[in-house]
Amino acid sequence: MQTVTRDLLLQKACELLDAGTVNRVYGWQKGQFDYDVTPAVFSSREELEKDFVYNDFCGANFSKYLIKETAGEGKILVFLKPCDTYSFNQLLTEHRFDREKVYAVGIPCDGMADIRLIEEEVGEGVTGVETDGDKLIVHTLYDGDVKLNRADYLAERCRVCKSKKHVAYDELLGEDGDVVDSARFDEVAKLEAMTPDERFAFWQNELSRCIRCNACRDVCPACTCEKCVFGNPKSGVENKAVSDSFEEKMFHIIRAFHVAGRCTDCGECSRVCPQHIPLHLLNRKFIKDIDAFYGEYQAGAEVGSRAPLVDYTEGDMEPGEAVASVDERGGKDA
Amino acid sequence: MRKCALANKNALLAAMAKTAKLYVPVDGADEKSRDVNSRLAGAYYAEWKDGTQLSKKLNTTRSPKDFFFPQTENMMTFKMTGKKLEIFDTRREHEDFILFGVRACDVRSFTVLDNVFLSDPVDSYYANRRAHGIIVSMACNKPAGTCFCRTFGIDAADPEGDVICWEDDAYIYLTAKTEKGEGLLNAVADVTEDCADDAADAVKATVNERLDKLPLADLKSDAFGGGKTDTFFNDPAWNELSEACLGCGTCTFVCPTCQCYDIKDFNTGREVIRFRCWDSCMYSDFTMMAHGTNRPNHMQRFRQRFMHKLVYYPENNGGLFSCVGCGRCLSRCPISMNIVKVMKKLGGNENAE
Repeated sequence: MQTVTRDLLLQKACELLDAGTVNRVYGWQKGQFDYDVTPAVFSSREELEKDFVYNDFCGANFSKYLIKETAGEGKILVFLKPCDTYSFNQLLTEHRFDREKVYAVGIPCDGMADIRLIEEEVGEGVTGVETDGDKLIVHTLYDGDVKLNRADYLAERCRVCKSKKHVAYDELLGEDGDVVDSARFDEVAKLEAMTPDERFAFWQNELSRCIRCNACRDVCPACTCEKCVFGNPKSGVENKAVSDSFEEKMFHIIRAFHVAGRCTDCGECSRVCPQHIPLHLLNRKFIKDIDAFYGEYQAGAEVGSRAPLVDYTEGDMEPGEAVASVDERGGKDA
Repeated sequence: MRKCALANKNALLAAMAKTAKLYVPVDGADEKSRDVNSRLAGAYYAEWKDGTQLSKKLNTTRSPKDFFFPQTENMMTFKMTGKKLEIFDTRREHEDFILFGVRACDVRSFTVLDNVFLSDPVDSYYANRRAHGIIVSMACNKPAGTCFCRTFGIDAADPEGDVICWEDDAYIYLTAKTEKGEGLLNAVADVTEDCADDAADAVKATVNERLDKLPLADLKSDAFGGGKTDTFFNDPAWNELSEACLGCGTCTFVCPTCQCYDIKDFNTGREVIRFRCWDSCMYSDFTMMAHGTNRPNHMQRFRQRFMHKLVYYPENNGGLFSCVGCGRCLSRCPISMNIVKVMKKLGGNENAE
């Protein structure tokens, strides 16, 4: 269960609105089933009291929305979970929004639940999900209320949470946590241990489900080009079609290259994928390699940091050494 | 009406598969599979083979519209040799195929697509596939929390289709609604037996009771329909509704009725392939013309998708809505914005919360 409550956030939002510190609030709007929460802008106490919600399904990362929202008049309040603050800083590093127009309130996060894991367990008749301590009470159409262990139904990115620490905020609600020594690279290590053929088959299977909806790109806080090369009819590579099975791999691999060194591993790409493709594993592979080749680097940990891939130092590893080290770890063709 | 014991379902499917290629909904991976992602991605249609386990999920993640209107399709190829231009027709005559287990919402979606592709000028690519498809529909014993097909007058207890099926704990009941359907039932006569015409009534009654109790059972479409452009077009609520929309194509691509496409040429170096592929009104280059785009901001693109389903399409198609209440967009939208929320916000007093 979340240590900050909806009421506490509501109180803070109203206080800042009343004091004139902000004129809008970026928050979560309640849906119809508890789990279908929509990011929304609230402009008044009335709107907040009516629709503002905070529960175990508030996973959306608001940082990218600040690009659009800071184009407006006045300051906007944004609630940031620890992982969101890394994207926030990374966007500031890239000068993507006006910091002066944001009042950031850091809020602790105890992980967000994944409705698909819940539905896989109890079926599709879910009408609501409430949290009761370390349990989830799932209201269903055909099996009454089903009690689940909350920890088992957290989103993958939350089960391997990398940080409970906020790296950016104007004000913090509750206690700040620490960077967590998480197991987030374990899945990558499993892929590295595969033979190239096995690995190819793994990605072939996963990426074959891609429907090219672009949700991964559109939600990604590192993908902020005003006109994506894949959405520009004049680019010559614009393509809405899956013209062959290689197409999707190219799209996702190129995207992973483009965000390498800038991706904070927020996991939004995998959260939004309608086909449940573990896209974050591509990005994590880059992060793992960058850590191994250039020393540990966490994008977004501080504003203005130079990512190793765009920062030359004399001690940099030579490309040949990098290739050799990958070969050692099983990457070489058998 | 015919029936077949559930224990003999594999034999029934085998008999169907003898008459034509048979496609059934299956799960992405079996429960033992380490590939949890495939499983969580949901069910999809695959060709039936002896022993194929059917998905127990209510519906597939992608709708069966792919069978008639595939995501990408080559329309023709061009080849230049010197000054000679050759055009090759890439259409092939399709063979018959059977879609088994199609839900009532998805069966209605074919009617929605038919109105577009089979009206003059007839789309021969679509018509070719449609003519060869046999729809075996299945009543929804356990409609999901996100279902709202009744809002659009669709009956999940008694679907449309060539052959309609119901299942209880012991039997699958089948009845033919068309000539194609009768042909199929005759072909599987050996593995089915006659039963009373009201044999499936108990199942229908159960499904109806369940439909009554769905969370979205009260959603009304009455406020929408043809002639309502002026009522909704300039509603300020569109700004708020579209605020957090990412502009991705998820809703469009999982939607059984979205039918927009783009046509492009792809130069392989040896020839030029003219293909069409699904497009989405959510994309910024949708219907891009020489003068630019006619919907320059995102609110306009968002509005287009819902106005089309709730107003423009019914206006041009005798009042038929182009949403079938399947709920796919409800469960897949990255920000959980969807047509139900739009209808509740705009739908007048009847849908007011």
